[in-house]
Amino acid sequence: MAFTRKPQTFSASINEVTIGTGDKAVTIGGANILPLYTFDAPAKNKVAVGAEITDTGVDRTLPGIASYYEGAETMAEIAKRASEMPGADFVALALNGADPNGDNRPVEECVEIAKQVADAIDVPLVITGARNVEKDTELFSKLAEALQGKNVLFVSAREENYKTVAASAVMAYGNKISAESAVDINLAKQLNVLLSQMGIKPESYVMNVGSAAAGYGYDYVASTLDRVKDAALSQNDVMLQMPIITPVSQESWAVKESIVTEDDYPEWGDRETRGIDMEVCTAAAVIAGGSDAVILRHPQSVATISGMIADLM
Amino acid sequence: MALKGLDIFKLTPKTNCKECGNPTCMAFAMKVAQGAVPIEKCPHMSAEALATLSEATAPPMKSLKVGTGDAEHTLGGETVLHRHEKTFVSENLFAVSVNAESADAVLPEMEKIDYERIGERMYVEAVNLEYTDKDSYVQLVQKAAGKGRVLILDVKDAEAAEAALEVCASEKPILNGATPDNYAAFVELAKKHGVVLGVGAPDIDSLHDTVAAIEGLGYKDLVLDVTGPTVKDTFANAVQVRRAALKDGDRTFGYPSIVDLKKLAEGDHYKQTALATLFVLKYGSIIIMENMSYAQALPLYGLRQNIFTDPQKPMKVAPGIYPLNGADENSVCATTVDFALTYFVVSGEMERSGVPVNLLISDAGGYSVLTAWAAGKFSAGSISKFIKDYEIEDKIKNRTLIIPGKAAVLKGELEERLPDWNIVVAPNEATNLVKFLKEL
Repeated sequence: MAFTRKPQTFSASINEVTIGTGDKAVTIGGANILPLYTFDAPAKNKVAVGAEITDTGVDRTLPGIASYYEGAETMAEIAKRASEMPGADFVALALNGADPNGDNRPVEECVEIAKQVADAIDVPLVITGARNVEKDTELFSKLAEALQGKNVLFVSAREENYKTVAASAVMAYGNKISAESAVDINLAKQLNVLLSQMGIKPESYVMNVGSAAAGYGYDYVASTLDRVKDAALSQNDVMLQMPIITPVSQESWAVKESIVTEDDYPEWGDRETRGIDMEVCTAAAVIAGGSDAVILRHPQSVATISGMIADLM
Repeated sequence: MALKGLDIFKLTPKTNCKECGNPTCMAFAMKVAQGAVPIEKCPHMSAEALATLSEATAPPMKSLKVGTGDAEHTLGGETVLHRHEKTFVSENLFAVSVNAESADAVLPEMEKIDYERIGERMYVEAVNLEYTDKDSYVQLVQKAAGKGRVLILDVKDAEAAEAALEVCASEKPILNGATPDNYAAFVELAKKHGVVLGVGAPDIDSLHDTVAAIEGLGYKDLVLDVTGPTVKDTFANAVQVRRAALKDGDRTFGYPSIVDLKKLAEGDHYKQTALATLFVLKYGSIIIMENMSYAQALPLYGLRQNIFTDPQKPMKVAPGIYPLNGADENSVCATTVDFALTYFVVSGEMERSGVPVNLLISDAGGYSVLTAWAAGKFSAGSISKFIKDYEIEDKIKNRTLIIPGKAAVLKGELEERLPDWNIVVAPNEATNLVKFLKEL
């Protein structure tokens, strides 16, 4: 008895969102198949991979990162190097130094850094904030003004500040935003509804439904992603059809496996290898679950994940 | 596919003899329909009725046992494609692949991966034995046998397979060698030695045909080697096989799967990590890798534990004292719930702070802080009882106890119950713990 193929294609599809400008602009989303199921129908766009840089400088304690960015000292040089990373489709500037509980870098300085980065690269720019609601609200508003016309994606607007962020970033200055929720399909949908009620068009925002490193409650992430894609495609829930971006680097380089030294855990071996494996594993997992873009830190992770995407899509 | 209670009732003897433990045949039939009791519980079913019913009530994906003793594992038996629909039941196994040349180097490395994570032993459960030539194969099998791992005989030569089975059949290995060309001989071998047979084919259509032919020979203890020529083919095979069985009712594909990442990405450590992740999530029952290091095991086993946990049962860590950052009897104490996710987030942030802390975990039913507090499972009473039961005051001299910000309301009552202690309220969010502990 021959095998009968029953491809699963849907009449609904994920929205398409474009970031950046010119030849190197990147479009994500557009699929009417489950994530990576290209045997059912072709995926419209590839999953995009971003190379993360931060305003706090390059982490030169990791040999692989240090050697990749060797000689790149200014933010402009670092950004340019990141934009040339094999496999990277965009650069993601993480303004970690803006965190009021950390360096508390003033907004004006952050804007200056972001401008230097934006001017140094020709690929799309994604900016992640301080992950502090008040600071990000002000930060994104000022950045959106300074980067008008660059079609930058700001990660993320949250329930507490979406109005201000969406009004300035999208409505006033024509950039893109990501709507962030904490691993809960209902909260994700609610924020999307609120943004659409403001008049934000589907092509102007993506979502970040929350993440966790592999092993750290990733079960919730996996099921949230599964349920979001199921609602978007099989139930045609237009309020969950936004493409998904996941800042994988921040979670995966913050867990014990990526932090503790080989001196403390000799049997675990080289720290950099552990960090890359954690980043690669988490990224592959969110992509399998339906993330349309991921942000990664290590050049090896970028190469491996973009290679996996090329193999599958 | 699924039979209704009434359909089953029609096939029962309708004598209400109660020998099955149910008051009536109707009650029995209803339970069978729900999958609560096996049809074999009724001693009076006719052979034809049994055959009809076992076919109709059989699960969509076969559940198989491989290995023996501590190394026995169950594969398959899945009923849903996504864990939130019910739960996944059989964790995938990880295997490393060795041949005559690499075995001496790889096997000892493999045995180093052995640790516990949230009550589960994490190790490489299976070894794939690659066939190179007849002379060395039996020796290779002997080397890998007796190590408490499921053996996978990756061999397509029937004579060599026979010789290998003579050595290791008692360990219940998987004979992964049936192809469209040799399956008749391999079915004989598998039957003779009572082992699970692995079936592979150049493409998904011939795999389907071959499995159907093997089922025609009366053998159904099968796993399907879905490894194709490329990553894309392999992923397509793994998904389509599982989907056909669970969603489209195609019993021919209702078997566990094997994916061999060494064949797909030999020499590329990180690519194997990425692909192993993909197949943990999407339908690999046995994932064969070239090697397994701690760097790979830590995320992959953690991910697997997350994915295969039952969504209705929260993961819990064992109650006890967890000394972090080299904490000793003079270090401060902190307490939170036993919900695994809370524990990992909190202990992770505490470790990041570098401040020595004795983390006290009491039994809070596996709930998060607020839920456990609301359910009365994380209270001043439960915390002070824990401190007494675990003789904390004898073991630790420091009398500072940090409680979660979300349970700040417990401070007053704790101060009453633990008068010698200085109760300190932590921030609401774990991300602020580093700063908090450093400034404590």
